Amino acid sequence: MTWDWEFTGKIIPDLLDGLVVTVQATLLGYVLALVLGLAVALARRVPVLGTAVFAVMEFIRCTPLLVQLVFVFYLAPSYVSAFTVGVAVLGVHYAAYTAEVYRSGIEGVPPGQWEACRALSLPPHRTWGAVVLPQAIRRVIPALGNYLIAMFKDTPLLFAITVGELMYQASRIGGVYFRYLEAMTLVGLFFLLVSVPSAVLIRRLERRYAAV
Amino acid sequence: MPQYETPLGAGPGAGGPLIRFDGVVKRFGDNTVLDHLDFTVAPGERVTLIGPSGSGKTTILRLLMTLEQVTDGVIWVGGEPLSHMPKGGRLVRANERHQRRVRRQIGMVFQQFNLFPNMTVRQNITEGPVHSLGVPRGEADRRAAELLEMVDLADKIDAHPTQLSGGQQQRVAIARALAMRPRILLLDEVTSALDPELVTGVLDVLRTVAETTDITMLLVTHEMQFARDVSHRVLMFDQGRIVEEGPPEQIFGDPREERTRAFLHAVLD
Ligand SMILES: Nc1ncnc2c1ncn2[C@@H]1O[C@H](COP(=O)(O)OP(=O)(O)OP(=O)(O)O)[C@@H](O)[C@H]1O
Ligand SMILES: [Mg+2]
Repeated sequence: MTWDWEFTGKIIPDLLDGLVVTVQATLLGYVLALVLGLAVALARRVPVLGTAVFAVMEFIRCTPLLVQLVFVFYLAPSYVSAFTVGVAVLGVHYAAYTAEVYRSGIEGVPPGQWEACRALSLPPHRTWGAVVLPQAIRRVIPALGNYLIAMFKDTPLLFAITVGELMYQASRIGGVYFRYLEAMTLVGLFFLLVSVPSAVLIRRLERRYAAV
Repeated sequence: MPQYETPLGAGPGAGGPLIRFDGVVKRFGDNTVLDHLDFTVAPGERVTLIGPSGSGKTTILRLLMTLEQVTDGVIWVGGEPLSHMPKGGRLVRANERHQRRVRRQIGMVFQQFNLFPNMTVRQNITEGPVHSLGVPRGEADRRAAELLEMVDLADKIDAHPTQLSGGQQQRVAIARALAMRPRILLLDEVTSALDPELVTGVLDVLRTVAETTDITMLLVTHEMQFARDVSHRVLMFDQGRIVEEGPPEQIFGDPREERTRAFLHAVLD
């Protein structure tokens, strides 16, 4: 099988559409993972609730993302789009990981900071909102960034629930023309084109925030 | 000017001591650090705690700041219990709300400064007054500027703590504690983490505070000359008990107890 440049040109627009969906799903899922992960990290500090939340998160971490996607997809009512299911499952799945990252960040805040808050009688919302979380989050920005890339690389799994992302487009094209070489090569290339600059950016953040 | 509620006045502690330790016991596991400790501090008095490592000096200050909780006994501040609260005619363990209210009269400066690195010097100083005492922002800012003037760091108001030397950070920490207008200031080895050449600047600031205010101070320090100059009374501790107490001239010049003599001999060499 030889590379066909004309065919390549023809399929690029469809693949770019797929890339847009991939990026959208990643970003939306990531925002969900960041917000939900923080909520989970905080909830885990509450006595009974914390244990329950911990159990649910362990369960999520111990089952494959693909299984979770397919399971929720078939369980969800039909008016919920595949894209919504995909974003929600990605977000919840990765929240189980970002929660751990936040937790380690919070634990890394020196005890002296808590004690200073107490000595100033700061109300809890200031202790958390103005002292602990800003310091905790700052030190975990690189770790959170790594999960953005990991999540991006997991989006082809959405293919299994018919979300029109990059992988889905490529395999659809393959199915129509019985040619996979160009489409799949481009998929790999597109992923590289997004992942590599993101990784470089995250390394930079790492250097910048490591100093604190 | 909005002030914290002053429990002295008509309260049961009027005219009495500002701080009272009443049979205070503190254990960590089976390590008894304080064993039925009793002592009082009068309003405006400056008391230095000395004693060998592990004798419980830090623990006493941390109990007052409510960073630790007593195992037994009661701590009184301004005639009100700090560790406990009255309920149905009896004293029960204080809840967080009660402790917050009583604790507001107390400020603390830590050995490691503990400034908030994510805030500027100004924010460090105004955070407590604005968010804990409800002082209006403008007034808190003015007060921060005044206090920075006093600690000789007026030009650092917009700096971040990481841009300051240890001595400068500690002076900001003193300003931050004073911004809360405490009646009691706790100082735990506040110069121990500093390079020797930065110690004098911090001690000078504290001398000024001692001379110009009537804030009650409890200090732990190894700077014996400083302790001699500013304190009214020295308490010598060993194994969680007061071995000897008296005015600084007597304790440093003519200690009666052998343990005090041995301790002073060891630190002054
Ligand atoms: N959080 C804690 N957990 C367990 N033990 C503790 C804790 N804090 C203090 N201790 C113990 O309590 C005792 C008194 O400690 P403390 O820090 O009050 O002594 P200190 O007089 O301040 O000593 P130093 O001069 O070394 O600062 C020590 O034996 C110490 O190990
Ligand atoms: Mg100590």
